[in-house]
Amino acid sequence: MDVTTTTAIAFEGVTKRYGDATVVDAVTLDIAEGSFVALVGTSGSGKSTLLKMVNRLVEPDAGAVRVAGAAVAGGDAPALRRSIGYVFQNVGLFPHLSVADNIAIRARLGEGVPDVGALLTQVGLEPDVAGRSPRALSGGQQQRVGIARALAGDAKILLMDEPFGALDPVTRERIGQTVRDLHVARGLTTIMVTHDMGEALLLADRVLVMVAGRIVADATPAEMLRAEDGPAAALVAVPRGQAARMQALADGGAA
Amino acid sequence: MIAAFGQVPGLAASHILLAAAALVLALAISLPLGVFAARRPVLRQAALGFASLVQTVPGLALLALFYPVLVGLSALVGGGIPALGFLPSLLALTLYALLPILRNVITGLGGIDPAVIEAADGIGMTPAQRLRLVEAPLAAPVAMAGIRTAAVWTIGAATLSTTVGYPSLGNLIFAGLQTETTALVLAGCVASAALALAVDGLLALVERGVATGRRWLMAGPALLLLAVVGGAAAYTWWPAKPAIVIGAKNFSEQYILARLIGDRLQQAGFDVRYREGLGSALALRALEGGDVDVYVDYAGTIWTNAMQRTDTPAAPAMAAGIDGWLQARPGRARVIGPLGFENAYALAMKPRAGVASIADLARVAPGLRLAADLEFLDRPEWRTIRDAYGLRFADQRAYSPTFMYRALSGGQADVISAFSSDGRIAADGLVVLADPKRAVPSYDALLLVGGARAGDARVRAALQPLVGRVPVAAMRQANYMVDRDADKATPEVAARWLAGQLGRTGAQKPAIR
Repeated sequence: MDVTTTTAIAFEGVTKRYGDATVVDAVTLDIAEGSFVALVGTSGSGKSTLLKMVNRLVEPDAGAVRVAGAAVAGGDAPALRRSIGYVFQNVGLFPHLSVADNIAIRARLGEGVPDVGALLTQVGLEPDVAGRSPRALSGGQQQRVGIARALAGDAKILLMDEPFGALDPVTRERIGQTVRDLHVARGLTTIMVTHDMGEALLLADRVLVMVAGRIVADATPAEMLRAEDGPAAALVAVPRGQAARMQALADGGAA
Repeated sequence: MIAAFGQVPGLAASHILLAAAALVLALAISLPLGVFAARRPVLRQAALGFASLVQTVPGLALLALFYPVLVGLSALVGGGIPALGFLPSLLALTLYALLPILRNVITGLGGIDPAVIEAADGIGMTPAQRLRLVEAPLAAPVAMAGIRTAAVWTIGAATLSTTVGYPSLGNLIFAGLQTETTALVLAGCVASAALALAVDGLLALVERGVATGRRWLMAGPALLLLAVVGGAAAYTWWPAKPAIVIGAKNFSEQYILARLIGDRLQQAGFDVRYREGLGSALALRALEGGDVDVYVDYAGTIWTNAMQRTDTPAAPAMAAGIDGWLQARPGRARVIGPLGFENAYALAMKPRAGVASIADLARVAPGLRLAADLEFLDRPEWRTIRDAYGLRFADQRAYSPTFMYRALSGGQADVISAFSSDGRIAADGLVVLADPKRAVPSYDALLLVGGARAGDARVRAALQPLVGRVPVAAMRQANYMVDRDADKATPEVAARWLAGQLGRTGAQKPAIR
């Protein structure tokens, strides 16, 4: 970790409970500006809850979240959310609006009017989808529109909650690359929640592993791959093992 | 008949105004309530439960229930709340319209994909922006379907407001049912059904406009509806000179007398309106409340029911007593005078040797069967007669009036309850049994005037010629013209015929000053 970079997002002992269950357990964490962080864990590990505390879709029971040094609690939640890009698995395009109106929805919230054509190009869509209904698009196209909508306000932070979970592997790979390119081009600070360690290793430059509400591993993808044991090693073993078996199949077939 | 259809525009106008007002009020309540309750399970259950409960109350009963509620409320705040007419009709219809709107708003909002809501929040919409930009447009088609249902129900149920003294297309239906004039019933039903279908069709266009986002399809029919309501309002409130309102209870004689009075007032230059089909107990309230200016009631009805008297003085003393009692009340109504005939609750039968009075009947009654109208056996008059003469019948049954007469002519009954001015008594050759013990009070028909018109010399001058000049034979004949099965006359025709008979045979009775 480069300790001289600015902290974009800081979690300070944040805790979230639902009834008796502690979903996020006193997490303290700094996210450096410009980093692409993958938050990996099984279902129920608390990773989505932790993510949603950044834009206050979930309010912590204890602790504080800071964005660019300022505590998010107490401010205006809708205003905070308008300054942060948010993409999630079910996309949530507005079915009664055209693709262009979905992307430009911020204009109706008293924000500036975005350049829909440029955004469509940046997320890898043809400009002629602008006038279409979201229902007429494939799942991958819908998620690209969702990303364009999230970035329409020139947000510097992008939060993604299992963004590619519902997509086929080829589409996921392509959109993952698109997001990675946008992250670099726009100088974003990105947090991506995923249960797919392979995806995390290939896209992120920092991987956090969450188990039962706690961060149990925090390393670069290279460090993760080198780890011999620990909680991360088991998760890394899955894509590594798959790759090895595929390689073996290919070798066997060639022999 | 043509005169009856001439009322249709006026009745339709007030019908439209009532239905529109109820629908707007129901929207004003159920739209915000639906939005508020949609995401609060406890409130949602409570609101839907209440609205469903209201639906289980029959429309007529709901209207009638508002009468005591409003009377009580008015007493609580020191008066001034009308318990009849527009207000109870509006409240009952509004309650009726709540359920379909509330249910569909809640269903429409509940049916929105949760991902869309999460996206709206995640993008940074405030709750108000989310409602306006996302939830309202997505729930609108379902909500519109509920509004259409509510509109159709309200227009249909508005016909019932006739029973609490608000003029609607129900006036035609209730008048037609009472006088057994099928054409009038049909006219009322067809008019109200056509109105409901037309409004439903226009709202269907609005619904399609909402669903497809075509603004002209929303605005066009909506503007047309507004124009119709505006036209109805103009039609209803246009006449500058205040009309005299003539009341009528819900039977033929009352409809005929209302026309008789109305024709005379019109000849005297007054603008006249009718409030017909009033419940027996409501008519006097309407007079004292100023909703009705003139109507005919029966001495015994006011004496026993409103004044709660049990003695039975002679007719002139009773009329004077009623006049004094009315005048002392806040309504300051007056008795103009008796019309000259009596419409008593009586017992009638085919002529039988040796039976001329109820006392005679009592001796042979154990071998006879009584057919009564639907309320007779529950009325105090029956108990009084029964106890005074010791009447015991072999069998007693309640019928609707038409079937009561058929039971007698068909031999299923020997004695019937009857109104002494009913034309079918003479037509069927029946005798009305005398009441030598004076068990029931006099039921002289009294011409009553409300406090606002009691001092109007022109009104008195126009109506005074009716006092003491309607003989019972002529009234029976006029009633029979309307009640008979074949060759029916309308109340208007019967009233005109009756006007020609005035004072021919009736004994002159002195007017009460």
